[in-house]
Amino acid sequence: MEVKAPIPVIPAPIWRNIKDLQEWEQFRQHRPEGDKHSALFESVTEGVHAFPGGFVLTTAADAFFNWARKSSVWPVTFGLACCAIEMMATFASRFDVERLGMVPWASPRHSDLMVVSGTVTIKMAPMLERIYDQMPDPKWALSMGSCANSGGPFRHGYHVVKGVDRVIPVDVYVPGCPPPPESLLNGLLLLQDQISHFRRTGQRAAPNPKVD
Amino acid sequence: MTHEEAATLIGEHFVGAQVQGGSPLAVTVPVDRWVALARFAKETLGCRFFAFSTAVDWKDGGLEVIAKVDNLDNQLSVLMKTRLGTGVSACPSLVPVYRGANWMERECYDMFGIRFEGHPDLRRILLADDWQGHPLLKSYAVDTPHPPYR
Repeated sequence: MEVKAPIPVIPAPIWRNIKDLQEWEQFRQHRPEGDKHSALFESVTEGVHAFPGGFVLTTAADAFFNWARKSSVWPVTFGLACCAIEMMATFASRFDVERLGMVPWASPRHSDLMVVSGTVTIKMAPMLERIYDQMPDPKWALSMGSCANSGGPFRHGYHVVKGVDRVIPVDVYVPGCPPPPESLLNGLLLLQDQISHFRRTGQRAAPNPKVD
Repeated sequence: MTHEEAATLIGEHFVGAQVQGGSPLAVTVPVDRWVALARFAKETLGCRFFAFSTAVDWKDGGLEVIAKVDNLDNQLSVLMKTRLGTGVSACPSLVPVYRGANWMERECYDMFGIRFEGHPDLRRILLADDWQGHPLLKSYAVDTPHPPYR
């Protein structure tokens, strides 16, 4: 009698069964109270919005403000590892992010965007958090490279934070090891797209669509 | 001085030392002759350059401390080894002999938890000051959580 070997059935990956993604959901940092705004500005906007026909003005103002925000994103220079070389190449003349209105700035207090480029060690994470806290609202964070996204090749080491989204809330993830300047430019354009929908939805864009 | 002459000299002065020839010359001594061997290598063999110091965790066999010193004039290098006993983490420091051993032994303390007796400034050098445990020990789990970042 012939005994058939069991045919291995490999199930399709399901989001909730992947341990890393469960960890991502568990440990990702959120903005629980949203972005901080001026209370006076908020109340004036609410008043105008409640006025009959005032929504035309507020939506137009929102569109204008978002256009202004996305047209002058100033990234704070925060190079941590080899990804910083690609970031510098992106900021330099060949790829030239200044045509998108971005100026790499050496002070977090004048910046809107933090490009976390490289490996975040457990020792560096408090400093990263502190620099992020010094940036004025509204602010965005872009995680660049495998190390900042998930720990990358050092994920199973002892000294690396398993993704910078465990330290600060992240808006755009750029994959790659390291990502070439084209990838980073694509990420910056995605970020600009998110910024243009910033106040209209009242909250940040969802980080990634889930595939189940 | 060639490696063979150095091997005979070490064999004469350190009875019971295991000497493996070749380059570098691997010498294993008990812990109580550790500083004496370093001083001998520096003053008699002329190995004045301290290349590195590290350790190996042999689990049940205990920790092994390793240091390499070089004589840059004669291309003579000596790899000094000593085996600490099982469960022992104390070792005499080489800083009184070699000033270059200072940071190396601090790193060794950081990664393996070896307490170097006689070290002037034994504290962590690479990891954060509030780190718990010594990560290069075999008993350290790589997924040890580090709150608040894990």
